[in-house]
Amino acid sequence: MSTVDSPAAPAAPPTRSARAAAATADYLDQRTGVGNAVKEFARKIFPDHWSFLLGEIALYSFVVLLISGTFLTMFFVPSMTEVHYHGPWASMNGVEMSEAFASTLRLSFEVRGGLLMRQIHHWAALIFMASIVTHMMRVFFTGAFRKPRELNWLVGFTLMILGLLAGFSGYSLPDDVLSGNGLRIADGVARSIPVLGSYISFGLFGGEFPGTELIPRLFTVHILLIPALILALIGLHLLMVVLHKHTQFPGSGRTDKNVVGYPLFPVYVAKAGGFFFVVFAVIALMGATMTINPVWNYGPFDPSVVSAGAQPDWYMLFLEGGLRLMPGGVEFVIGEYTLSLNVLIPAVVVPGLLFTVLALWPFIEAFATGDDREHHVLDRPRNAPFRTAFGVAFLTAFMVLVLAGSNDLIATHFHLSINDITEVFRVLFFVGPVIAFWITKRICLALQRKDRELVLHGHETGRIVRFASGEYIEVHKPLDEHERWLRVQHEPRRPLEIEPAEDARGVRRPGYRIDAMRRRLSTLFYEDRVEPVTPAELAAAQSHGGHDALPAAHDEHPAELSGAGGGVRHLAADQEDTEGTNRP
Amino acid sequence: MSTHHDPSTDLTTRDGAPLPERFEDPGLEGHRARVGDSDPKAQKRAERQVVVLFTLSILGTVGAIVAYALVPPGETVGSMRLSNLLLGLGLFLGLAGIGFAAVHWAKSLMNDHEQAEDRHPTASSEAVRVKAVEALREGVKDSSIGRRGVLKGAMVTSLALFPLAIAVPLIGNIGGDWDVSRSKRTMWRRGTRLAIDPTGRPIKAADVTIGSVFHVIPEDLHEAEHPLDEKAKAVVLMIRMDPRDLKSEQGEGWSYDGIVAYSKICTHVGCPVALYEQQTHHILCPCHQSTFDAADGARVVFGPANRPLPQLPITVDDEGYLVAQDGFNEPIGPSFWERLT
Repeated sequence: MSTVDSPAAPAAPPTRSARAAAATADYLDQRTGVGNAVKEFARKIFPDHWSFLLGEIALYSFVVLLISGTFLTMFFVPSMTEVHYHGPWASMNGVEMSEAFASTLRLSFEVRGGLLMRQIHHWAALIFMASIVTHMMRVFFTGAFRKPRELNWLVGFTLMILGLLAGFSGYSLPDDVLSGNGLRIADGVARSIPVLGSYISFGLFGGEFPGTELIPRLFTVHILLIPALILALIGLHLLMVVLHKHTQFPGSGRTDKNVVGYPLFPVYVAKAGGFFFVVFAVIALMGATMTINPVWNYGPFDPSVVSAGAQPDWYMLFLEGGLRLMPGGVEFVIGEYTLSLNVLIPAVVVPGLLFTVLALWPFIEAFATGDDREHHVLDRPRNAPFRTAFGVAFLTAFMVLVLAGSNDLIATHFHLSINDITEVFRVLFFVGPVIAFWITKRICLALQRKDRELVLHGHETGRIVRFASGEYIEVHKPLDEHERWLRVQHEPRRPLEIEPAEDARGVRRPGYRIDAMRRRLSTLFYEDRVEPVTPAELAAAQSHGGHDALPAAHDEHPAELSGAGGGVRHLAADQEDTEGTNRP
Repeated sequence: MSTHHDPSTDLTTRDGAPLPERFEDPGLEGHRARVGDSDPKAQKRAERQVVVLFTLSILGTVGAIVAYALVPPGETVGSMRLSNLLLGLGLFLGLAGIGFAAVHWAKSLMNDHEQAEDRHPTASSEAVRVKAVEALREGVKDSSIGRRGVLKGAMVTSLALFPLAIAVPLIGNIGGDWDVSRSKRTMWRRGTRLAIDPTGRPIKAADVTIGSVFHVIPEDLHEAEHPLDEKAKAVVLMIRMDPRDLKSEQGEGWSYDGIVAYSKICTHVGCPVALYEQQTHHILCPCHQSTFDAADGARVVFGPANRPLPQLPITVDDEGYLVAQDGFNEPIGPSFWERLT
């Protein structure tokens, strides 16, 4: 690209392959105008951070699922017709089983590479869900869901739900004992739904459980409907990423108005493209070395058989845990109709509530902040203590349910009473999130104070100096401007002030109630806070040798700011205003 | 922030200019050079490493194909595992070589100068919005839909109705015969013999020793039209205990000489309750740990289930085989809305 300097020098004659490439490009461009897209996207800038890879893992494991899944469909027979098995797996010889189970055995033992593909498929599904959940955690804790990305959060949320359904419909397909009991539980849960329960169950199973329709139906759902939806939504998800451009972590030079990173071509073509192969390679290694779902040991589905210590795949454990924790005794008969709350609450109501809060979080937070600006620089989790604490509390509730879903394994591995474990989890489900919330919030505030401390006083150097007067001090090394910027770049967030309920003439203001609700929520979010160091504070600290007396940021002087309409204002005014100095 | 300040907090710098309210972004940090940026030898080394990684990938893929041809899954678990392992390792190497080569290339050899690109507001500009609204307005005017209320109504109605022609047949068929009352009935009738699951061999009361447990099906299960559906409702857990241990049963005389039979389908969400603890007479569901006391009318002692397992009234026939006195007197399995109707 430096040939521009010497226009006189004759360009090297194009090689044969260069000419062929040029001709192909010309052919395509004349028919599609692809040149515009290449110009637009080839050097598009993407920011770099390891946590941005989590979403990539989700995408790549989905591609692995498509590849391995297509392989499996060539040999799997989605049929519940009963056959007698004859094949290399001696312990099942002559056993009556569905064609689905028999073809799974054939796929595992007789198709070369079939077992590998089955195990790759199953591991990829577990990793798919794990990466979706951790990617969601990254987006949540860094506030990446804020405007303009709320809708993309909803798309991602829907993808997670579809992932759950894909997983459940997939591992039920082999028609083994383990998954059969999973379906039986699904049937029991469906039946607990008031009024329509039995009909929903009949609709799913094409009649009574287990019937003969379910596996073919699940197959269609699993290989056509859900993947098509997931694929379409992934397209939408990525389209919006391109539209919004990727968020970036805070740092010097990174603002809401730019994106700093490396160009798509060639850096991310190589890095992200290479990462696909790395993800696939790791999954292949897992499929090669770690047995998963050995259905040949479980045997075909039989409604009378169950194995102890049975677990669903990890992402279904929270539902299983909820069912295990809920005490009986909350089943009511109204007139002659039965309402089975001991199933309905853990299997439908609690997950429904948790998922609704999760889906609506961007809107809840936007309501509390009253913030209408676009955000492209991520939050450091410590700088949003309420959100971070809420997220950890949410995860704690989720983890208690997951652990409760394995209470039998915990009991056998640690030689504990299963009843005691269950009782403890029942309490923990309510108490754990509260404790987690409190601890996390304290840690966040402490980390913010630590940031202030560092900015005001610099790094400890370990160098002790004695003055002539006999006084000892430790020399602190001030932060350089980049280190400092990372710790002071965030905007202080404060509770909202609202206009009074009545105006000067005592007329009640419309919309006051909503504003009051907003104020309460905003107070909840931002009452406890530590604000970033201001230049004045730093100057003060430096001029008198540094002090540990951190000014506590509280509502002592809630000055006002001329704000947007709607009765809501940001308290962005600061000490400077009360001092009467001008704002820059 | 304390409102009253000491002189040292005067908000001015040394030259007298006021301090800004917030710090200012110092701008991008300078580029940190990699070893290879200045050392051609290091660059050459990185290039060689990338080539080696790609070569490993080629070897891995060749290895996978060799393993495919030479190591069949065979008949034993060992040979199956070996075949799977070799094929998988080959695939792993083939993929990992490419992946690590590409990433290493990008990190060590490609330009690593950060670049900044401007963002623009997501919303379209005011001018564009005006044009967009104008375009819609013209379209509405051209279609003249605003003035034709009946047309609008007819269109909305027809669009809302047409999916019914697909949905009605779908819903009509998807639940089979929709006879949900079938879930309340099982195959057990007066005189149905209790048989061993899965052989179907009838059980003599004399063969049932104290402390033993039998997994039981109705003797005529295999003659049913849909044996699996019937089995899913009819399976029974039969236990013999010392008659003196039997504290209560769900109906007078429903047990026979210490032999009790309960539905094996959990009243919680329908797993088979397959675990029996002889000492305590507890029946445990391995799915969600509902625990029932077999000696006390299958009363719930722990867990999420709410109702006892329904008891099957039994007795013996003339030949000494265990038979049902009658069917269950309530629907078995998990609760549902109309179970008592």
